[in-house]
Amino acid sequence: MAEYQNIFTRVQIRAPAYAGVALPSGAWVRQGKGYFSHLLGRFGDAQVGPVYLGTTGLLSLICGFIAIEIIGLNMFASVHWNPVQFIRQLPWLALEPPAPSNGLHFPRLQDGGWWLMAGFFLTASLLLWWVRMYRRARALGLGTHTAWAFLSAIWLYLVLGIIRPVLMGSFGEGVPFGIFPHLDWVAAFSIRYGNLFYNPFHCLSIAFLYGSALLFAMHGGTILAVSRFGGDREIEQILDRGTATERAALFWRWTMGFNATMESIHRWAWWFAVLCPLVGGIGILLTGTVVDNWYLWAVKHGVAPVYPHVFPAVVDPATLPGAAK
Amino acid sequence: MNMRMRREARILACTILVGLLVALGGCERPPVETLQGGYRGLGMTTLINPRTDSLKAAKNTVPQPIQAAPAEGPSASSVYQNVQVLKDLNVAQFTRVMVAITQWVAPPDQSCNYCHTSNMASDDRYTKVVARRMLQMVRHINSDWKDHVGATGVTCYTCHRGNAVPQYVWFTNPGESTATGLIAGNAGKNKPSATVGLTSLPYDSFTRLLLDGNTIRVISDAALPNGNRSSTKQTEGTYALMVHISGALGVNCTYCHNTRSFAVWDQSTPKRTTAWYGIRMTRDLNKGYLKPLTETFPAHRLGVLGDVAKVNCATCHQGVFKPLYGESMARDYPELQGEMHQSPPPAAAPESPPPTARLK
Repeated sequence: MAEYQNIFTRVQIRAPAYAGVALPSGAWVRQGKGYFSHLLGRFGDAQVGPVYLGTTGLLSLICGFIAIEIIGLNMFASVHWNPVQFIRQLPWLALEPPAPSNGLHFPRLQDGGWWLMAGFFLTASLLLWWVRMYRRARALGLGTHTAWAFLSAIWLYLVLGIIRPVLMGSFGEGVPFGIFPHLDWVAAFSIRYGNLFYNPFHCLSIAFLYGSALLFAMHGGTILAVSRFGGDREIEQILDRGTATERAALFWRWTMGFNATMESIHRWAWWFAVLCPLVGGIGILLTGTVVDNWYLWAVKHGVAPVYPHVFPAVVDPATLPGAAK
Repeated sequence: MNMRMRREARILACTILVGLLVALGGCERPPVETLQGGYRGLGMTTLINPRTDSLKAAKNTVPQPIQAAPAEGPSASSVYQNVQVLKDLNVAQFTRVMVAITQWVAPPDQSCNYCHTSNMASDDRYTKVVARRMLQMVRHINSDWKDHVGATGVTCYTCHRGNAVPQYVWFTNPGESTATGLIAGNAGKNKPSATVGLTSLPYDSFTRLLLDGNTIRVISDAALPNGNRSSTKQTEGTYALMVHISGALGVNCTYCHNTRSFAVWDQSTPKRTTAWYGIRMTRDLNKGYLKPLTETFPAHRLGVLGDVAKVNCATCHQGVFKPLYGESMARDYPELQGEMHQSPPPAAAPESPPPTARLK
């Protein structure tokens, strides 16, 4: 006997696959008839498809495929086309941007040209997917909130990959395409610019990132907790408060004196998620262009605290007379 | 249905458990103790694992000193031929150094023959020519690089530890030539290399920074843009060298730096000054003593690019914050301190042992 549990999904609904609302004329048709997957049903809706691909979707996938091919084949070549080494070393492999000396010239393919090309196709893929997302929302008569949230992430990607490098006058300031390499790049970037933790936009971005996780946990927890009273029908309860909403609201008023509403909690979540990459992108954009050492910037503006010295005074030996070079 | 679900759940749980174990595989087994260094709350701590430290301590012990030589006696150069460096020693002191080198450097099965032919004065063996230069180098370090080695000093053993070639040397690493035709190069990075602690950072920062002497500093000393054109890629090279130092000394970044600002000196620990001189010393030795020996070495002792074996921090330190835990061998070998014109200088008082030494 199937039972309803509100931690793990135990119930799967089986009904004839729903093809979706009628499409406006002239549009692509949806591909496939739809089928059911038990495994996916454990995580979400068991119905898979039909999929609407569309021109932008198809072009986006092609551009994305080209980008991944450029990155992947260059990585594969860097281990002499050895499939075992490709798997073993994959976390270390990367497609590197041009050398800093290259400036903003278009380099030879092997000297960073592939990186620029992969970046171009990846950007095209993301922007086309964004257009698709926007148009699908419109076609369904939805608002375009999801598309704008996605654009916020694309903004951070563009700042890191092209806008800031162009402002700095060097494609070499771009991020390598690779798993560890892009992480080590982030650490080196923070070191070069005097510790990104003192960048106020970085602070904000972290606050929104952790805040998003916190809000997600609070909201998910609240709704699951009141689903036994019908709280999972959130949208209805925005206008027609039932006992689920009242109990959820009371719970938060009891525990922290204030509560969001069934509607406003989603605005909180959306804004936190959108602001995370939005302000993060601003922080990256200012780094090296407007501020060169965030720690000293924070000292200058009284943000960085002063700690007592516990060591004998240390001076830069390079400043001493007769210092070695 | 219920049975199937339970089985699936069990498989899922097992998978998660195995995944967690794999993820924990890279962790260091406890106990790890932390020792506060800087002002409280700054995280300027040293991590100590007594288990791994005791293994390290066993590998970094000092051999018994050879009995001291009498100060009187005929000078070595008057008795032996072709003495070019140790001219200031008497015969007993000279012999003592030779015995020491044989113990510290020469392979046991070759002993004196590793450097000498039947004619002891002959320079036919390249190893003898190298050894002569190395003796000059040791004296140079002990007399001119006190900013780094202090009163502790160095001997041949500091690097060699019984090996003909010190265990930790480096050659210029050209990487594998992957950039054939139109295929992108790897920019000298992105290999799981032990020299950079298995990060993706540049695997040969030594040639640029410890031989060619390029600028290590990349961080601006002003808040706003000031003409500092150091790139993020250049920073990766500096970062790679710092990862090497950390590994070579077995310490965290906070041993020298307050990581809130790697650049500022007045918040760094005094160890950073020692390290600064160490970097200059390494460059000096590579340029002044090792590189000029390139032609002396046979091909099998050279790197893939035909370059000589060179030193970095690990060559002496070998994973310890002070080579051999700061125990001074050089104190027992006044012959290696510098030219001996008069009676050897009094041995300096040993420094108070750093906290980790107490735990070994």
